[in-house]
Amino acid sequence: MSGQGIAQILFYVVALIALGYPLGLYMARVYTSDRFGGRRLLPAIENGFYKVVRANASQEQDWKSYGGTVLVFSFLFFLVLYAVQRIQGHLFLNPDHLKGVPAHISLNTAASFITNTNWQYYGGEYTMSYLTQMAGLAVQNFVSAAVGMAVLAAVVRGIARRSTGTLGNFWVDLYRSLVYILLPLAAIVAALLIWQGVPQTFDAHATAHTLQGATQTITRGPAASQIAIKQLGTNGGGYWNSNSAVPFENPTGLSNFIEMLAILLIPAGQVFMFGRMVLARRHGIAVFASMLVVFLLGVAINLPSEQHGSQVLRNSGVNITQGHGQSGGNMSDKEVRFGQADSAVWSVATTDASNGSVNSGFDAQTPFGSSVQVVNLFLGEVIFGGVGSGLYGMFFYIVLAVFVAGLMVGRTPEWLGKKIEAREIKYAALGALFVPTMVLTMTAVSIVTKSGLASIYNSGVHGFTETLYAYDSQSNNNGSAFAGFGATSFSASFGTVALFFGRFVPLLAALALGGALGKKKIVPASAGTFRTDGATFVVLLVGVIALTAGLMIFPALTLGPIVEGLMH
Amino acid sequence: MRNILSSVIAIVVITAVFGFAYPLVMTAFGQVAFKSQANGSLIKQNGKVVGSKLAAQGFTSPRYFHERPSATSPAYNAGATTFANLGPTNPILAKNVAAAAAAVLKLEGPYNPGLTIHDIPVDAVTTSASGIDPDISPAYAALQAHRVAAVRHLPLSTVTGLVDKYNHGRSWGFFGEPGVNVLELNLALDKLGGK
Repeated sequence: MSGQGIAQILFYVVALIALGYPLGLYMARVYTSDRFGGRRLLPAIENGFYKVVRANASQEQDWKSYGGTVLVFSFLFFLVLYAVQRIQGHLFLNPDHLKGVPAHISLNTAASFITNTNWQYYGGEYTMSYLTQMAGLAVQNFVSAAVGMAVLAAVVRGIARRSTGTLGNFWVDLYRSLVYILLPLAAIVAALLIWQGVPQTFDAHATAHTLQGATQTITRGPAASQIAIKQLGTNGGGYWNSNSAVPFENPTGLSNFIEMLAILLIPAGQVFMFGRMVLARRHGIAVFASMLVVFLLGVAINLPSEQHGSQVLRNSGVNITQGHGQSGGNMSDKEVRFGQADSAVWSVATTDASNGSVNSGFDAQTPFGSSVQVVNLFLGEVIFGGVGSGLYGMFFYIVLAVFVAGLMVGRTPEWLGKKIEAREIKYAALGALFVPTMVLTMTAVSIVTKSGLASIYNSGVHGFTETLYAYDSQSNNNGSAFAGFGATSFSASFGTVALFFGRFVPLLAALALGGALGKKKIVPASAGTFRTDGATFVVLLVGVIALTAGLMIFPALTLGPIVEGLMH
Repeated sequence: MRNILSSVIAIVVITAVFGFAYPLVMTAFGQVAFKSQANGSLIKQNGKVVGSKLAAQGFTSPRYFHERPSATSPAYNAGATTFANLGPTNPILAKNVAAAAAAVLKLEGPYNPGLTIHDIPVDAVTTSASGIDPDISPAYAALQAHRVAAVRHLPLSTVTGLVDKYNHGRSWGFFGEPGVNVLELNLALDKLGGK
């Protein structure tokens, strides 16, 4: 680790806070104003939208009605996305004449993008037409993000309100997430990325005649607009197969910084938004601090492991020492312009969030280095996490944490003035434990069946980790991969199940939790109330995360990365 | 029922705005403000496209600087990028690295007296993530400079001067890592003339 690398990491954290904090306050206003955006034009357009879609925006919904609308809306969009892929060969905006996408890949991809996952069993540049990328996949990058943000806004209202059964209106939250938060940010990021060299064109691929007389196909397309939202919306699906490692997606050190910042910007801002909306700024800061601790811990494990290099490279005799004109370390499936520090921060950030875009290949990372990603996913991506889904996932752990604290001091646990009782604990336990259980079960099934084993690319222990990672990533709606893991009709269909349940079970559990909390009265804090700000709470929260999901993943971690790391 | 109707209309409206209007506006912006970047950073010579600044093209001639190994099929395929996906303990990785190192020794050894495997920078023997990494580390460029200078009968200082010129450094002196753009460097060499 060089001083320069540490300086880059620290600058990243400072920038994340400096931009995330004001964004958080802005988002709080977006979700709480009756009329947002002045008096005339913007509210008029907003009301026009509600009229056109025939939504009664002034009618608030309870958690069941809100969740029902989310499900119907998402499922219909799923059908559209599936259809577009299947028939893209007969549609317009297909200058490279790509054929329809096979059924099992379309199914997995549609589920993947609806659920904010962007797991990719395909290579974008030679599978998806411009139309599918732009009007299908990229639209879902906006919409699935906005759905997560809307649900979070609703749950936070439940926490903030008292004695009411309603959480807000889905259409209002959806519209405001899309138009007032995602669209302006995406336009800014897209413009910056074009400046740095990301293509944005409707021309077909270019053909180059190289200096040595060969011909080279250079794929391009309306990429910058899609990559901007894939990062901001914690989607992560690449325009090109090698995702953000491809120079066309991520041309420079600066574009890399912008994209890394975009990955965590909204999730980080939402923690401050939460603090503002529930009028508990210090609690928000404590939650943010807990996340930051786990984030930095991840970097502190991944970066030295990768800089130390893999056993194969160390034994080969080549020079892996940092300095003298190279970044050194494990350069397998990494890019020169990013080196070790930027690849490590990206790897940790993209799996802390439910982003899943990568700027280096995870399959080739060292066992201990990539174990950070395995664990990050397994925690449910609550370290900043997916837009919306990260923080509502963290609420499950917070409820469990105050419950544990309550047990220790022998009082009914409270969170922000609300008594936490059996019902809330049930929802929180369901939200926190359902997905980890599903990951382990699906990995086990995949590892003992012939059809499951067919997807493995690297044999032995590493193949187990590939499988674990695949279901870890899809169930938690991340989308990053040990990319050697292959698409079969079994893995694509099985993965589709993981995608749907991984998205909607925690989502509904969070809404139910918000609904239950909204009905409660506020109990005034007393001397015996456990404080949910300050260092004690940070330690407790991180501890509870480590003791629940952390302990659940440990046996699987032992069978995979730990054995591989110790074997060699 | 009402949800279904609302959803269907919303899907149409949202697709129109976010699937068409937004990328169209961004394309118009890109084509006006940053035309070269928006079209793939293509490099033209005498009106013909010779490559992109952002894609390796697989140099093999000893007159040129070479890029890093590529896992795409065929190698350096900018139309189908991929990682190698070989695990850190995979025996095939060990074999590939050893073969790549032997090739570097054979090619550069005659021009770098006393060259051993310990002098080969790691990026020279590992696949890039994209398969089309346009850069090599300054260390790898320094190693190749001796060969290129000898084959082209140029003074070493001329070649290392060009290597420094096409080392893009860190973005804004801070972000990312330094790297030497191989295509730009080779084009500059060709412009010098010589044999």
